[in-house]
Amino acid sequence: MTLLFQLLVNGLIVGALYGVVAMSFVLIYKASRIVNFAQGEFLLIGAWACWWLLTSWQLPFWIGFPITLAFMMAFGVILQVVVLRPMIGEPIISVIMVTIGLSIFFQALMKWMFGVFAKPFPQIFATQTMNVFGLEVQTVYVVSLAISLLIMAGFGWFFKYSRLGLAMRATAFDQQVAQSLGISVRQMFAMSWAISAMVSAVAGVVVGVVNGVSSALSFFGIKVFPAVILGGLDSVIGAVLGGLIVGLLENFAHYVDSQWLNWGNMYEIAPFYVLIIILMFKPYGLFGTKDIERV
Amino acid sequence: MMNADTAVAPAPTPTTAKAPLLSVNNIEVVYNDVILVLRGLSLEVPEGEIVALLGANGAGKSTTLKAISGLLKTEDGEVTRGDITFGGQRINGIDPDQIVRRGIFQVMEGRRIIGDMTCQENLRLGAFTRRDGGVKDDIDMVYHYFPRLKERTGLAGYLSGGEQQMLAIGRAMMARPKLILMDEPSMGLSPLMVKEVFSIIRQINKDLGVTILLVEQNARMALQAATRGYIMENGKVVLDGTAEELRNNEDVKEFYLGGGNEERKSFKNLKSFKRRKRWI
Repeated sequence: MTLLFQLLVNGLIVGALYGVVAMSFVLIYKASRIVNFAQGEFLLIGAWACWWLLTSWQLPFWIGFPITLAFMMAFGVILQVVVLRPMIGEPIISVIMVTIGLSIFFQALMKWMFGVFAKPFPQIFATQTMNVFGLEVQTVYVVSLAISLLIMAGFGWFFKYSRLGLAMRATAFDQQVAQSLGISVRQMFAMSWAISAMVSAVAGVVVGVVNGVSSALSFFGIKVFPAVILGGLDSVIGAVLGGLIVGLLENFAHYVDSQWLNWGNMYEIAPFYVLIIILMFKPYGLFGTKDIERV
Repeated sequence: MMNADTAVAPAPTPTTAKAPLLSVNNIEVVYNDVILVLRGLSLEVPEGEIVALLGANGAGKSTTLKAISGLLKTEDGEVTRGDITFGGQRINGIDPDQIVRRGIFQVMEGRRIIGDMTCQENLRLGAFTRRDGGVKDDIDMVYHYFPRLKERTGLAGYLSGGEQQMLAIGRAMMARPKLILMDEPSMGLSPLMVKEVFSIIRQINKDLGVTILLVEQNARMALQAATRGYIMENGKVVLDGTAEELRNNEDVKEFYLGGGNEERKSFKNLKSFKRRKRWI
């Protein structure tokens, strides 16, 4: 029973991280209708950048981390301006192909720069584990949950109250109307990529601290697909819930597997099976708008 | 195009010696590089006035407004000839968001409010280009003009057509523009609501001193509110004058206001009948 409970807590924590990455994925989709297959590489690049600052430059975490975020923000803007802006007006399938290309390119670039083996982060927290309600939980997980919740609250505030957040929502709703209000759609696109890259990098660093940094991190981007599609491609709340559901499912499947089935690696595929079943009954996801097009 | 004896003599000379706030000189607009919509259109909008732009469907009224506001770009249209000057500066070819910053705000046809946001959020977005601290006060000012918007706390998509039009006008007021381009504010509204909307248009013109270029199908209401008017046909201005001149013009009476000279409606009057066909 303790194992189940432990796994559920794990599921919640990992699920919150999925939720955060799913949100940043939805952000790009909502603003510019681009399905970003390179989302996982944002995690990877963010994690490697932070790792590099912490090991090669020996910077303390509290300096290296903000620099990583600033770098990722600039990276998102540059990527949008240089690679994706010229693609505006092209068929959506071409744009998606470009993101797949970017994914492969950055994957290879990171391997070339940092090697193919997982590298551990230097120790960041003084204590490795914490005791939460009688459960042993890794400190970094607790911190990651706090960060995830903070990011979610930040997103909520940003889109509800800030001037730029409202402008981004207006852009997602109708680009022509947004322009008639004096909003530069190009700037909004660039901003959505910047925020998306930055938030993904936070998740990348957290996962990197737990598991070490390696190209396996970009699989996180793939895992986010079931979360996003489950929630309905264009819903931020749906993305968060989808992330939590996928996280919980994974760990629950792991429990079932380890207790009775012993097939091994159930947790890797279980979310995808459930995804298929849910889509059979709710083809637009749990919170998606009906008229959106699946790609 | 028109016979000189029936048309009001073109009177492009503004009453004041001052240059008009907006002047459109002989513009040509092409969509998708091939479809010619405006063929040498010129008009002037003096500061502080309400100017009506009338014409049949497809005459190019909305295109004219989009050419001025720059939104033409978002529909693959382009001003290929002529120029548009606003406050003495040439503005054609500028991105629409920059044109809003210069003080021209278009209230698009069909209201186009943001349905999944509240009234308040829509109004805040109207003030997107402003960086001063007066936004809160201006929201109160808009609520003062449209008290019923304040009561609606739900999503703007659930507002009635008239309320959405009020919100669209309120959103334009939030930008504190010098010139508002209004595209068919009466569309789809009940006669009572049309009256209300037009009285508000006159009110904000008077209170805020904002200049308004008004595109309308409802010629009667438009010529009541406006000081001057232009009549378009086939991408060109065919008639212009003060609102009063246009109201009393036989052709305008016949084709836009209804009624007019009974005799002229007869098929026997062939010349006029021909002209009618061309007008509609």
